[in-house]
Amino acid sequence: MLEVKSLRAGYGGTEVLRGLDLSVGAGEIVAVLGSNGVGKTTLNKVLSGVLRANDGEIRFDGKTLTGNSSADIVKAGLIHVPEGRKIFPNMSVRENLDLGSYRRGRDRRSVNLERVFDTFPRLRERSGQAAGTLSGGEQQMLAIGRGMMAEPRLLILDEPSLGLSPLLVEEMFALIRRLNGDGLPILLVEQNVVQSLECASRAYILENGIFALSGSAEQVRNDPDLKRAYLGM
Amino acid sequence: MMYSPAIIAEAVVNGLMTGAIYALIALGLTLVYGVLHIINFAHGALLTAAMFAVWAVHVAFGLDPYLAILPLTPLFFGLGYAVQRFVIGPASHGSDSNILLVTLGLSIAIENALLAGFRSDTRSLNTDYGFQVVELGPLLLSKPRLIGFGAAVLVTVLLWLLLSRTDTGKAIRAVAKEKLGASLVGIDVAHVYAVTFGLGCACLAVAACLLMPTFYVNPRIGQAFVLVAFTIVVLGGMGSIPGALLGGLFIGVVESLCGLFLGDSLGQIGIFLIFILVLLVRPTGMFGAKA
Repeated sequence: MLEVKSLRAGYGGTEVLRGLDLSVGAGEIVAVLGSNGVGKTTLNKVLSGVLRANDGEIRFDGKTLTGNSSADIVKAGLIHVPEGRKIFPNMSVRENLDLGSYRRGRDRRSVNLERVFDTFPRLRERSGQAAGTLSGGEQQMLAIGRGMMAEPRLLILDEPSLGLSPLLVEEMFALIRRLNGDGLPILLVEQNVVQSLECASRAYILENGIFALSGSAEQVRNDPDLKRAYLGM
Repeated sequence: MMYSPAIIAEAVVNGLMTGAIYALIALGLTLVYGVLHIINFAHGALLTAAMFAVWAVHVAFGLDPYLAILPLTPLFFGLGYAVQRFVIGPASHGSDSNILLVTLGLSIAIENALLAGFRSDTRSLNTDYGFQVVELGPLLLSKPRLIGFGAAVLVTVLLWLLLSRTDTGKAIRAVAKEKLGASLVGIDVAHVYAVTFGLGCACLAVAACLLMPTFYVNPRIGQAFVLVAFTIVVLGGMGSIPGALLGGLFIGVVESLCGLFLGDSLGQIGIFLIFILVLLVRPTGMFGAKA
């Protein structure tokens, strides 16, 4: 579904991504793992059209998306749930969800709203409340719910477990599996190596702007370098 | 000095009527500030331009100032959209201080173009209803100002409905607080900025049409209004729509009462005393978000 070829990007003269190749197939969960400052957020920004790539190609569903605007990318169904949620704090939960279908899925807004509320009953309870007053976990649910409103054909989840309590982290990964169970391909960008590898089918390890390691989750999990670097074993 | 209650009541009502027009001008300013986070220094010059437009269509085609709302509002919306999209936006390179300078430059350019075209003469319109009054109990109210009041309140309500009920309005509010999040749901931020600037200019066009039956225009007139409008925006809370309406009405009444008690030439002193007081006591304004 999503294919990235020799992608290069950065800010000003600083190159952050130095040639990335990545693919996400239909129905897959693919994890991009790495610690802070290796380029995960930059990769997401390029994929969602917020930042221009310097070189390389992004193809989604057989169409080239390189250099397209965020609006076009959303329209194509490549939906990015950003790190730090980036919900609209001054607006109600309901309005946040409405805006999820601003560019895509507008005709089926009410049907999708019910679906999101069924997935997150908590959001239904709080639909009139200002989004900025929600707890961190609820805000994360809202951010994902807002993404679901656009009927994603592929969902990019950027650090969905960041800042959540251990119990909520478990819940979040269960939710990711559940979303994927309905056939939705997911690109999971995470620092949480152990749990991400448990739910992903394949994984890429990002280090200093290149993929230092990639393969099936099984292979990656058993790689001696990864064990030493990320799992302290 | 004592006045009869009827005179004071009339001053209050007159103040409310002027205040509603102030509110309309402040509305455009506060909307642009709330979304683009810039003070639009060209606001006054654009108001002057709108007032000249009302005058011009009246002189050229005999178009009634109130009817001029119909063509001038969309025209100024389009003008504002284009100015933001093709001048201010590209010239700013994402830096707020650039935008300030661009809007300041724009205001100088507009003002001097008007000065070159119309000279510094003061012009006004003659309408048959310009001096008509409406009797309301013991009060005698100027008919055009009453119409102005109603129309200004109506526009505020329409704007509020637009912002709270429509997808475009929600997109404007989303961009105001969370630009990245807005991009990621597919909102075209540059387009929303331009629409917002266009709405600000459309407010000015309506205000100009409501002002012209009772007011005059010269190439510098806009600045006086914008100074008051800026006070209202600070008083009501930067970026707040209800703040702009209530602040405008309040300032109108203050000006009118000060004019009554201190003499017409000192009418505005109360406005600026309040401005200083607000900055000292509650710098976020009546409806402003807490810092």
